[in-house]
Amino acid sequence: MKLLPQPEALRQSRLGWADLLVILAVLTLLGLIAHVGSEAMVSFQPPDVSPVVSLDPRNLPEYAARSSLRMFIALGCSTAFTLIYGSLAAHNRRAEKVLIPLLDILQSVPVLGFLSITVTGFIALFPGSLLGLEAASIFAIFTSQVWNMTFSFYQSLRTVPQELTEAASLYRLSRWQRFSRLELPSAAIPLLWNAMMSFGGGWFFLAASEAISVLNQSYTLPGIGSYVAAAVAARNLGALGWAVLAMAVVILLLDQLFWRPLVAWSNRFRLEQSGGGDAPSSWVFNLLRTARVPTLVGEALAPVHERLDQLLSALLGPVSEGSSEAETPGADRMFNLAAMLAVGVLLAALVHFILTTVGMAEVVSAFWMGLHTLARVVLLLAAATVIWTPIGVAIGFQPRLARLLQPLVQFLASFPANFIFPFATLFFIHSHVPIGWGSILLMALGSQWYILFNSIAGAQTIPSDLREMADDVGLRGLQRWRKLIIPGIFSAWVTGGVTASGGAWNASIVSEVVSWGGTTLKADGLGAYIAEATNQGDWPRIALGIGLMSLFVVGLNRVFWRRLYGLAERRYHL
Amino acid sequence: MTLIRVDQISKRFPRPDGRGEFTVLNNVSLSIRAGEVVALLGRSGSGKSTLLRIMAGLIAPSQGQVLSHDQPLRGSNRNLAMVFQSFALLPWLTVQDNVELGLAARNVSREERRERALKAIDIVGLDGFENAYPKELSGGMKQRVGFARAFVLEPEVLFMDEPFSALDVLTAENLRGEIDDLWNAGTFPSSSILIVTHNIEEAIYLADRVVILGANPGRIRGELTVNLPRPHDRNHPRFKALVDYVYTVMTNPDLAVTGEPETAPELTPTPTPAAPTTLSPFARPLPHVRVGGISGLLELMHEQGDGSLDIPLLAERLQLEVDELLPLLDAAVLLDFAEVADGDVHLTPVGRDFATTTILRSKDLFRQQVLERVPVLNSIVHTLQQKSNRSVRSDFFLEIWDDYFPSEEAERQLNTAVDWGRYAELFEFDAGQARLTLPR
Repeated sequence: MKLLPQPEALRQSRLGWADLLVILAVLTLLGLIAHVGSEAMVSFQPPDVSPVVSLDPRNLPEYAARSSLRMFIALGCSTAFTLIYGSLAAHNRRAEKVLIPLLDILQSVPVLGFLSITVTGFIALFPGSLLGLEAASIFAIFTSQVWNMTFSFYQSLRTVPQELTEAASLYRLSRWQRFSRLELPSAAIPLLWNAMMSFGGGWFFLAASEAISVLNQSYTLPGIGSYVAAAVAARNLGALGWAVLAMAVVILLLDQLFWRPLVAWSNRFRLEQSGGGDAPSSWVFNLLRTARVPTLVGEALAPVHERLDQLLSALLGPVSEGSSEAETPGADRMFNLAAMLAVGVLLAALVHFILTTVGMAEVVSAFWMGLHTLARVVLLLAAATVIWTPIGVAIGFQPRLARLLQPLVQFLASFPANFIFPFATLFFIHSHVPIGWGSILLMALGSQWYILFNSIAGAQTIPSDLREMADDVGLRGLQRWRKLIIPGIFSAWVTGGVTASGGAWNASIVSEVVSWGGTTLKADGLGAYIAEATNQGDWPRIALGIGLMSLFVVGLNRVFWRRLYGLAERRYHL
Repeated sequence: MTLIRVDQISKRFPRPDGRGEFTVLNNVSLSIRAGEVVALLGRSGSGKSTLLRIMAGLIAPSQGQVLSHDQPLRGSNRNLAMVFQSFALLPWLTVQDNVELGLAARNVSREERRERALKAIDIVGLDGFENAYPKELSGGMKQRVGFARAFVLEPEVLFMDEPFSALDVLTAENLRGEIDDLWNAGTFPSSSILIVTHNIEEAIYLADRVVILGANPGRIRGELTVNLPRPHDRNHPRFKALVDYVYTVMTNPDLAVTGEPETAPELTPTPTPAAPTTLSPFARPLPHVRVGGISGLLELMHEQGDGSLDIPLLAERLQLEVDELLPLLDAAVLLDFAEVADGDVHLTPVGRDFATTTILRSKDLFRQQVLERVPVLNSIVHTLQQKSNRSVRSDFFLEIWDDYFPSEEAERQLNTAVDWGRYAELFEFDAGQARLTLPR
């Protein structure tokens, strides 16, 4: 990075090599997208002919590119959905009442359980082309990313400073102008961070959705995830190693070329009006700022931008005046009643469907499976906490170490754990670890990092004078943990715990059933239950499994995590 | 010519628990005429910012109407621009783009926008900073951008919502002077100004007419005409008399505002816990000050020899805003530690004792005065004594306050009562269980 000249030095030349680089990069990117995109259009006749994945490592770059394209399309869809859904929920009181609880539920639904429904649906939608599978995979990634992003955007919209909103309405900004000048910028930073985290989590679902068997029929979509699946089927450890390496390279590249520049750029949207603080830096962003081409293009497009602004303003109309919104308790009551009625009918239909098809006994046994998985999630959280919190706190208390290790932890968190699963499976088979216990380890592979990550962050927020005081009065060992550290990192731990537990539930669907070549290990649990039902295309059991898992997650959130959040805010707020 | 008029407006907000409404403004009528500067002066809770926002059309009144050029106002008023307390600049736009914001919304062409914005930036003395971002600017410069953004629209009326109160004293003084110069020079882009403030000197310095608001519920107590040659000379005897008069009026919520300092009635400082017997003790608001603040004030007064001080002078010496000083005076008067008359404050014998004695004795004195003169604390102690376990959940009292105040204020009342009661050792408070308990 030090080899690059400083921006000031480069700015003097008119069209320097920075411009050349930028132009070349743009052309390469466009070519790549065109090439990779065209492959998605190749005709295929499901279920007879499926694309074959070659295990030659030389094909990996291409597969990685195709997987990345899926990820970015999903990200684009998530962003669009977020902006529309979030705006609707924040600006319309009635829509808010339905959309926000709905979001809360959707967030808790295990994405992987959905795959069977979506794959069949999308294949029917695009007959005779890979597009159906592509769409199903993209949809799986989309559903794993979008809820978080939408929540973050909605929260930001609700917390736009009141005086800014008043200024926007006094200066008569149109609906579009308010959105583009005020709301989007003020939501940009949290939205971007959320998108980045969700994108990292998305790799897991990409890998799981590229090779899937639904209704006793296996579908393959060329990509890095199906490469791993093929390697597992062929018991090819070497190919697996290449896939892990390729995945790591892709994550690092995307971080350097895409996310970091975005984060550096978004720094201008900070709401605190004072300067200071470490501005995040990125060599790509510096390059772009140095080059004159982007500025020139921007200036050339300014009149277009101006037109577009006016057009959209006219199209979306003025902001409806909040003051004219009459308070109509009667209509509100009607609306609430209708919403509740709709929810009731849906619930009744679902219960009826499950009872008439599988019966009460099946519900009980599925619930029993759910308890198994619940026990695994609890054990996982306890183990991860015991192991990672001390390490996280130790790291967090040393700023230099934390700066060094935090990117590594972030990398580990976004590395799709299911790439490691085959190695673990192999280990279980050879050392005869029962999968009932082994699956805990598998679930932990992805979710433990949230505990570590948040412990580090929590430890960093403990003020150094409190630590000095603890040293001064001689708090040591257990006492130090009880009086200072545990209360200090409690809220961060709760945040990490919620994320880890949600991730673990989702991961159970792919962790409780694993295979290596022809050998398949299966544990008792709700995850395995859903995976099996999906495989057989058993709709009632799929519905029952997904419904139960959602209930478990929502129940856990309400009964357990929400209370801990409350406690953290009341008592342990630093 | 009347530019904006509000006619008998009231504003009520629903209570959060759905138990009826709370009145923020009651029956307010006010006009802004062309060519005048009007100040809305009031303590916190007087609804002055709410009134400003109703007049701007940002919120709708519950009753009565707002007229702009004698036409009923619908939505926000097109003829005015506002300068905000917190500047309300978009941090991701440059100074130039911030100033252009209102013009862009009016579909003014790019060239014209640029030109007019540059002119406005020039007026507020920020040329050279067009391409700076707000975070690069000091507070005073940010507010200059706020003024430029308003000026560029050439609004008929300029609204200012405590425009100088987020700035440090010297910067505020400087900017206030410049705005006044612009107005006096006749080059001001608006034909009227309405300024909301709690700073008495600022109101009299800038305004031709000062409207004084009262609290609980917010209402207009009266107004006074400054009637001095512009710029208003702070050393003019009339200026000083006006400041003294306003201080007197504002430290005595029950006094009628007659409009002229000379005709102000001789104030007998009626130390009034003599609330009407029908009124619940919970209906009389406690001033939100800490006991330490009261004793600090009294000690300072005691060190001034005869224990008597001019209030404007006191405010200046302590560098306290009116909103901070007046509650202290209220508390001192309520507890009969001090008396206020003609813009002066005197120590009472009890107050002098309180200011000079030891911690233990001062606690006794405080308890004695509280029990004698603060009915609400008396009432709380009485309730506790009636209970067999000598303990009551704080929610019980909170609900009584809720009948008289909006819920945030009710909570503040509880907090202040707890603070005073704890200091006086009248009761103990367990925040975890939210319970008040008699000692032992």
